[in-house]
Amino acid sequence: MFRRITFVFLCLCTAVFSLQPVWAGSSGLSAFDGLSGRLTIAGGTAHIPVMKQAARQIMRHNPDIAITVAGGGSGVGVQKVGAGLVDIGNTGRALSDEERDKFGLKSYAFAVDGVGLAVHPDNPLNNLSKDQVKGIFAGEIGSWKQVGGADRQINLYTRDEASGTRSVFWKKALDKDPVAVEANVIQSNGAMKVAISRDPDAIGYLSIGHMDDSVSGVAIDGVSPTRENAKDGSYPVVRKLYMNTKGEPGKLARAFIDYLQGPRGGQIVSENGFIPGGQ
Amino acid sequence: MHFSETFSRMLLYTAAIVSMACVMAVFAFLVYFAWPVLAGGEWKDLLSLNWRPFQAHYGILPMILGSMYLTVLAMLVACPLAAGVCLFCSGLGPGPAAGAVKALVRFMSGIPTVVYGFVAAFTLVPFLRSHFSGSTGYCLLAAGLILGFLILPTIVLIGLSALERVDQELSLTCSALGLSRVQSLIHVIFPAAWPGLLAAVLLGFARAVGDTLIALMLAGNAPQLPGSLFDSIRTLTAHIALVVATDSQSQAYRSVFAAGCLLFFIAAAVNITVFRVRQKFGGLSRDG
Repeated sequence: MFRRITFVFLCLCTAVFSLQPVWAGSSGLSAFDGLSGRLTIAGGTAHIPVMKQAARQIMRHNPDIAITVAGGGSGVGVQKVGAGLVDIGNTGRALSDEERDKFGLKSYAFAVDGVGLAVHPDNPLNNLSKDQVKGIFAGEIGSWKQVGGADRQINLYTRDEASGTRSVFWKKALDKDPVAVEANVIQSNGAMKVAISRDPDAIGYLSIGHMDDSVSGVAIDGVSPTRENAKDGSYPVVRKLYMNTKGEPGKLARAFIDYLQGPRGGQIVSENGFIPGGQ
Repeated sequence: MHFSETFSRMLLYTAAIVSMACVMAVFAFLVYFAWPVLAGGEWKDLLSLNWRPFQAHYGILPMILGSMYLTVLAMLVACPLAAGVCLFCSGLGPGPAAGAVKALVRFMSGIPTVVYGFVAAFTLVPFLRSHFSGSTGYCLLAAGLILGFLILPTIVLIGLSALERVDQELSLTCSALGLSRVQSLIHVIFPAAWPGLLAAVLLGFARAVGDTLIALMLAGNAPQLPGSLFDSIRTLTAHIALVVATDSQSQAYRSVFAAGCLLFFIAAAVNITVFRVRQKFGGLSRDG
């Protein structure tokens, strides 16, 4: 069923884009000339828009290539590529040593994503010190009053154990300090945005690429979670997005990875709210 | 004729054997993966109240208790409602209204779980948050209320069919004894239908234990022991959904198989009980 939908979707994309004038020109796509076959991709959900856009451009340039993109999350990406079920498994975190050794995986970073602290737009708070952030997430600071706000309880939101977003926030913003066990656990960046935007007393963290007007970003030690600050390195809570292959990638996978790490790929990465680079 | 009978019998046997084999395979798979945890003494870690995977504490006891609390609460919501609806539909209520309620319950059974979860997340959760201080709204109560509504159609529809079966056999006798419809329902038919009603309740229970989405969307998923109805909890099913995408070589990941085994045992226990109840008492009304 899903495969059929994917197929129809790919057909539609091909049809739509073949009607447009070819403007891709000499933009790194020539590397795909003469190649043909199937490339399967699965894993990290943050990657999907980037992967799909790249796949569309490549398939439009060379109809002999079929690229399928599926989600599943970072853990699924590792398992699928490790078992040889897909050519490229995406992860929003670096592989653990055990994962790399067990499956013989090779990682290719292609983008950087920041993870920012966020509160409800009605909350006037716009800056916290790192110690305050740690105190809030440890459950020691329980009222907004203690950080200069109204006399109301702080509602904590965190992410699930498998989340790459949680992993980087915990390492780089909380310095691996524990998160209070009472914190509500949210299972995706999108759901986190909804939870924060609907709870006036909420505090949580999400990918900078997902932030919009429905939540208000909070600076840590005076540095705001913006793409500009993540790009110039002043905002420290950033992670890389990876593609992983089992051993050396095949010809088509190699070309795909090079394309995404190249200038045209960088453009796609920027258009989707991430920062190119990270290699 | 004879050939086609043999053929269809073979076909049915094959179908039965394949489904049995699938269930056994799932069980074998779960045990195979959970074995290192169970045999390696790690199960002692699992039976702790502390789930802090990044500090190497892998207790799933809060999830076991979370599942239990949530299921009990959902049953407390659903059973009285279901009893009322069953009685209303089988004779206490006026005919047209009873038909309408029955149609509504049938319709409810077809609503996808995610719709309940989504609507509750945008209505019930903010309501609880604004009316009870100290709660984020994502809590045991929110999930329990919605889960109760979710399992209501299961209990009502199975319960109703049990009542109808008994009704067909006993209503004439009741009328002959001069009992009114209400009297015969409450004093004769409802009590006589208890094995079927128990089966309905147990199947509702199994559905409540196994449901993932309501808990995942509404219960808050904090791996803690709830101190009140307004605290965030995590169920076994939500735990599996949240942890299954982690590093497959980690101990956190292995705890998922222990949780899966536990859920499998609960489902098996409930189904065997239903089967035994039906086997033992299913013929009661016919004989009596």
